[in-house]
Amino acid sequence: MIVADKKPIEEIIDMVKGYQKILIAGCNECVTVCEAGGKKEVGVLASALRMYFMNEGKKIEVDEITLERQCDHEYLEEMRNSIDQYDAVVSLACGVGVQFMAEKYFGTPVYPGVNTCFMGVTEERGVWSERCQGCGQCILGKTAGICPISRCAKRLLNGPCGGSTQGKCEISKDLDCAWQLIIDRLKELDRLDEYEEIAPIKDWSTERAGGPRRVVREDVRQ
Amino acid sequence: MRLRYPDTIRIIRVPCTGKVDLIHILRAFEKGADGVYVVGCMEGDCRFDNGNLRARKRVAQAQAILDKVGVGGERVKMFNLSSGEGPRFAEYAVEMTEKIEEMGPNPIKIAMQKAA
Ligand code: SF4
Ligand code: SF4
Repeated sequence: MIVADKKPIEEIIDMVKGYQKILIAGCNECVTVCEAGGKKEVGVLASALRMYFMNEGKKIEVDEITLERQCDHEYLEEMRNSIDQYDAVVSLACGVGVQFMAEKYFGTPVYPGVNTCFMGVTEERGVWSERCQGCGQCILGKTAGICPISRCAKRLLNGPCGGSTQGKCEISKDLDCAWQLIIDRLKELDRLDEYEEIAPIKDWSTERAGGPRRVVREDVRQ
Repeated sequence: MRLRYPDTIRIIRVPCTGKVDLIHILRAFEKGADGVYVVGCMEGDCRFDNGNLRARKRVAQAQAILDKVGVGGERVKMFNLSSGEGPRFAEYAVEMTEKIEEMGPNPIKIAMQKAA
């Protein structure tokens, strides 16, 4: 999933304080799972904003909605008939959702209510960590299912580097060395001989370095 | 055992304090409550393992938000006691009431009255 973190309330207040009628829009998918932008967080933010503005003596209306997803036309379309009532929207979806909303409702200001962080997993409730950087050429088959692009601080393809100490990365003793994990798992799978193969230079043009990306699938396109 | 506790308190019964969500606490303030306190079982004694620990976290979240919106985080508090401690229940009620009286009314309530 896409992992996001809550923005401080004061930052959100600052973005919307000039408007009269605001919509807080949540998303039922990734940001619900990472407890940053689902229906519950929408309710909490809306309540906090209402109290803040009421306390300031300002008459500001704050409404709530949570869409199934904000990265697909069909769900965003559900707001078509009501969007004009609002002076601004705070989207609690990831940056993808915020942007798609802004593209679709061109005349309505849309503000981000979360900080979008990475693609990752829930290690335990309250702890999320990165697993993939969408490099566009997945090499997990060669690396025992552990991604050195997202999990090695230097993105080494033939690791580890000299900073790997007792299984930890040199940038932090709380961070596992991805290459240690790869070697341990290759050993476990009895495939350590594959570690001897030198990985060729990676084609980074499919990664962000190649500019904004698209996937076009003529086989499913309409 | 007949115990007296301040009659300004409205008790909302829940099956376990783990049922108390952050939004329930916030809504109470939005509607004008001057204070909210959550009374759970002793930590480690939850029948559902960690209901009261979750409640404690939510109370802390509510405190942080209420501080930021100008209502005052001290208006929310978590207490723990065991089911046999009736007198302590009454003591907590008095403690919370005194605290809230000292803080005065919820500023949201005052703002709502002004706006009306
Ligand atoms: S808008 Fe973002 S958070 Fe919501 S489903 Fe799409 S990718 Fe996930
Ligand atoms: S190799 Fe690329 S696509 Fe595969 S997990 Fe790592 S970043 Fe993601």
